[in-house]
Amino acid sequence: MKYYLRKLVTLIITLFVVSLLAFLAFQIVPGDAAARILGTEATPESLAALRHQMGLDRPMLVQYGDWLNQFLFGDMGNSYSYTMSVKALLGPKLPITFTLTAMAFLMIVCISIPLGVWQGKHAGEASDAVTGAVGQVFMSVPSFFLGIVFTLVFGIGLKLFTQGQFIHYDQSVSGFFGYLFFPALAIALPKSAMAAKLLRASVIRELQQDYVRTARSRGRKFSSVLRVHVLRNALIPVVTFLAMTIPEIVANSIIVEQVFTIPGIGRLLLSSILASDYPVVLAIVVMLAFLVVLMNFLADVLYQRIDPRIKVR
Amino acid sequence: MQSKMRNLILAVLTVSMLLSLAACGEKNQQDGDQEVNTPQTTRADTNEINVGIPQDLEDSLDPHVTTAAGTREVLFNVFEGLMKADPEGNIIPAVAEKCDVSDDAKVYTFTLREGVTFHNGQTVTVDDVVYSISRCAGMLDDGIYTAASTLKGIVSVEAPDDRTVVITLSEGNTEFLASLVTTYAAIIPADYTEQATQPVGTGPFKFASRSPQENFVIERFDSYWGTPAKLDKVTYLVTAMDTAVMSMKSGVIDVFAHLTADMAKSVEDQFTIEKDTAKLVQALYLNNAVEPFNDVRVRQALCYAVDVDQIIDLVVDGNGVRVGSSMFPAFGKYFDESLSTYYTHDVEKAQELLTEAGYPDGFSMTITVPSNYPQHVQTGEVIAEQLKAVGIMAQIEQVDWNQTWLTEVYANRNFQSTVVGFDTSTLTARGMLERWTSDHGKNMINFNSAEYDELFRQAIACTDDGEQTALYKQMERILTEEAANVYIQDIYNMVAVNPGLEGLTFYPMYVLDVATISWKEA
Repeated sequence: MKYYLRKLVTLIITLFVVSLLAFLAFQIVPGDAAARILGTEATPESLAALRHQMGLDRPMLVQYGDWLNQFLFGDMGNSYSYTMSVKALLGPKLPITFTLTAMAFLMIVCISIPLGVWQGKHAGEASDAVTGAVGQVFMSVPSFFLGIVFTLVFGIGLKLFTQGQFIHYDQSVSGFFGYLFFPALAIALPKSAMAAKLLRASVIRELQQDYVRTARSRGRKFSSVLRVHVLRNALIPVVTFLAMTIPEIVANSIIVEQVFTIPGIGRLLLSSILASDYPVVLAIVVMLAFLVVLMNFLADVLYQRIDPRIKVR
Repeated sequence: MQSKMRNLILAVLTVSMLLSLAACGEKNQQDGDQEVNTPQTTRADTNEINVGIPQDLEDSLDPHVTTAAGTREVLFNVFEGLMKADPEGNIIPAVAEKCDVSDDAKVYTFTLREGVTFHNGQTVTVDDVVYSISRCAGMLDDGIYTAASTLKGIVSVEAPDDRTVVITLSEGNTEFLASLVTTYAAIIPADYTEQATQPVGTGPFKFASRSPQENFVIERFDSYWGTPAKLDKVTYLVTAMDTAVMSMKSGVIDVFAHLTADMAKSVEDQFTIEKDTAKLVQALYLNNAVEPFNDVRVRQALCYAVDVDQIIDLVVDGNGVRVGSSMFPAFGKYFDESLSTYYTHDVEKAQELLTEAGYPDGFSMTITVPSNYPQHVQTGEVIAEQLKAVGIMAQIEQVDWNQTWLTEVYANRNFQSTVVGFDTSTLTARGMLERWTSDHGKNMINFNSAEYDELFRQAIACTDDGEQTALYKQMERILTEEAANVYIQDIYNMVAVNPGLEGLTFYPMYVLDVATISWKEA
């Protein structure tokens, strides 16, 4: 119980600090939403008047306090660029980015775990060397580049999907998942290669442990030892890695969304940063921070599941 | 042996699982296509097109408020003013049927066209017109900050009867009608409060829907008073510049404007590339108030040191025209071609001038460029390279448009030099030249010439067209002779058009008219 309480306090502090930092970043860069709205037609008078109307002329901490106060009561404020509420703006976009992230994560798990175990088991063989080399290549390719390659090969070349024609889930569920398949794969492949490599090393290390020999000498089949004993121990570092990749997947999806023209929060985040539209940016940043802390927590709980010797306190 | 076999099976299973996953994605996609159904041929069937735009209309949609060029380019199809421009740049009646101008160009009397309706079905009345003009001129105290600077010097807007609107100016202005053609002076319904999100105008298209960072949809307005639009529906798809080529190649986009030379090359096998000058003046704008650019000899030296033709070749692949002053060639009446070759590439002369000015070994300078305009960035890079020949070390500083360029460079004038393009929101020479008068609020370059100011004063007071044109040309000559800026070019606006479409029309303004576009008869 004490553990959960401490985690909760960490969460609150993290969210507070992250949102404050994001807010302060906007105060450091020159220009603000009012300057952007008036653009080249701005005069010092109109700029001052609009700033006053938008409340941008108030002291920094008052503005932040105001935002925080609203946020705590579930009001994320209004976007300066779109003159609509942040909630309405993010509402239709969150499920898209969430689905993309979830698909990418699932792919990472499905690819890396069987692959890592298989590689660990065949360490030193030719097949291991080949898959290892291929993995190394994927590891070094950034997701956005893979995305461009996929677009050229599968989109424009093989016409498996139509680049630029995003399909919403309310239009066609299968079309929606179909469109997200390649973006998710572009995010998943580099991470899968990393996770597989990690698991391979972990499996090799565990296979040299005494308990493996003991189990084998007691007549257990190798595959059973691998599944029951080795995998369980070998997975611990991988679980940490996987949990920590989720925020990275979200970060990658921000870029990959651009490549595949997916209207998720990524594109919105980028344009909002450029437009000094801080209510939108803060809302997204806080959500991402929340996700990181949550995943961290889930990883802790999972350890305990995998290895009861680890006690979270 | 047995375990080897088992492993093999496991490996095969893993691979086949992945493959089936891929196949499933692919199959789903085909299903999706059938349901959504918008490959090229079907868009012709449903009489609609997709237009790619590099940035969203992330603005208020209120035509009197929004300043972003990209937003106004789209809203041009939704709104109209009392007058509008035809493709030749002539000013013709729109919501007004005719306009009588007093001899001193102070009193403009408009007669409203009968039967003009708003997209919400209401008929346009004189009250709407009086409201619209007062509002966009910033005369209403309704807390809306309009881009009022385009409509200046209005003393009163009155409606003596239900078909007449009289606008009185504080002083004669022969170019006033030209300032009424832009979306800044659009006629909108009085007391309609949702303009910022649900725009209502009188144009050939009406607003249908928008999805932020995704699309903006307009549909034909069937009760339009003039020539109706040919297409039923136009969807603007927000497509980042980097991925635009791929979206064009995949057939999702039918029209994409403002292509770079590289983009045009990569899609020319699938698209018709239509060209027209962009009606802007690209230059290395110099801050005339800071050293060393406060010395006219240094500015002239830069003009000689920069090889404009090379820039046109390298940066835009020949798709540009020399300008020479703050006027673009499409504005034929006011353009003085002799100025475009006033300075020719001459390194020795540049060196001489620099020595005279006390910089025999050159100096260091900074060129600030907005990173979202690749053409301006590349131009800056080529200039920096060219200036090395006279010992000037130019450093390129890429900044973002909103946070730094607008604020630091444009508003605070805190810069040495910058490469951008200037156009005019009103179809007038005044729109191009007024900004460099010494006390003008947007005289970013701090140009200061008493002669220039005096000529401008005479020009705007002038009611004789020929005389006025001559005065404006004199002003342009001063800008050239004083080397106010290193003038470069008007860049071609290249538009990729689906070969199945016809009717794209260019205007001497930054707009894309979709009302004239149609699918060719099969």
